[in-house]
Amino acid sequence: MWKWLHPYAKPERSYQLASTLLPWFAISSIVLLVIGAVWGLAFAPAELYQKEYYRIIYIHVPSATLSMSVYMAMATAVLISMVWQLKLADAAAAAMAPIGATLTATALITGAIWGAPSWGTSWVWDARLTSYLILLFLYLGVIALHNAFEDKALASRAAGILTLVGVVNIPIIKYSVEWWNTLHQTATISKLSAPSMSSEMLWPLLTNILAFALMIGALTLIRFKNEVLARNAMRPWVRELAAKVGDK
Amino acid sequence: MNPRRKKRLTIISIIFVGFAAVVGLVLYSLSQNINLFYTPHEIIGGKEDTGLKPVVGQRLRIGGMVKKGSLTKNNENLEVSFIVFDATHEVTVTYEGLLPDLFREGQGIVANGVLAEGNVIVATEVLAKHDENYVAPEIAEAMKKQHQKAEKAKTSY
Repeated sequence: MWKWLHPYAKPERSYQLASTLLPWFAISSIVLLVIGAVWGLAFAPAELYQKEYYRIIYIHVPSATLSMSVYMAMATAVLISMVWQLKLADAAAAAMAPIGATLTATALITGAIWGAPSWGTSWVWDARLTSYLILLFLYLGVIALHNAFEDKALASRAAGILTLVGVVNIPIIKYSVEWWNTLHQTATISKLSAPSMSSEMLWPLLTNILAFALMIGALTLIRFKNEVLARNAMRPWVRELAAKVGDK
Repeated sequence: MNPRRKKRLTIISIIFVGFAAVVGLVLYSLSQNINLFYTPHEIIGGKEDTGLKPVVGQRLRIGGMVKKGSLTKNNENLEVSFIVFDATHEVTVTYEGLLPDLFREGQGIVANGVLAEGNVIVATEVLAKHDENYVAPEIAEAMKKQHQKAEKAKTSY
């Protein structure tokens, strides 16, 4: 059943696949980012009470939601690497960590900027904000561990254990606003019920989420390609590739 | 799956489930301390599970809805007072300072302050709690009638 997947365990095949996919992700994400930004910033109506400054959700919500998705993707890669001992999965996990950390920092900063006028404070130690700050520290820890060892396999193993342990934090972030009383509001968009948002505001937001997802895909592919090259620098196919580029 | 992979998967799963259970129990036992604020009900009647009541002079946070029509402003300085309520109880909050942008009657707030005699909280900080609803002005207009119906139903009992 999974036979078709086997050739991609070879770094060379994966590298080529990433190269083929990259332009699709890059172009579609740029197009959607432009559409989402213009739609959200210029055409979506102002909110009833917050007026114009609610528009920061068009950055805050996509980066916050997807930072957790990236973490789950990273944890999946780590699980695959640990169970099937697939080195490429380590490269993928290492590629995703800084992207997730950037998204988390973005969500924290935009949240603080929004919180200052609307809550009256930019930071409060409630369950949502605190658990989300822990996510940033988890990402930073994973990045640090990836760079702490000379041996890439050992580094990936150490970072992988931290990644898997940190998965516990994801449902805590997600449900913190329901389990405890917090200053942060509960989810606006949820799969199980109708979103608590006017549709003229919702569609640009969903566009932005998709655009961010594609952008993350493109960035992950770029970083994955680099990781594969760095980890296989001594292999003949990488040397051939380098020689080819050098000739141009 | 071959036996070696199966074994690795089991070990990882067991460690993960064990760790999740530990974290879950810790959070469960700390759940009252993780809550950001007291509700008016908890200030007057005590916490639900422990019955612990805040004492006069205790520094605490209160969260609830601002009662409609309860906001009174002092014309000479920035002193304001308003009533915060939940399903069962209400307490008065006094505060001197600027209220945040999203502070409105009927909206949720969290106030940080000291409990005084007679269920009054002397707040040093008032934060507006935004809810999850984002409304375009036109839609709000259309929904007003619905809201008025709901208000009537609320006040009728």
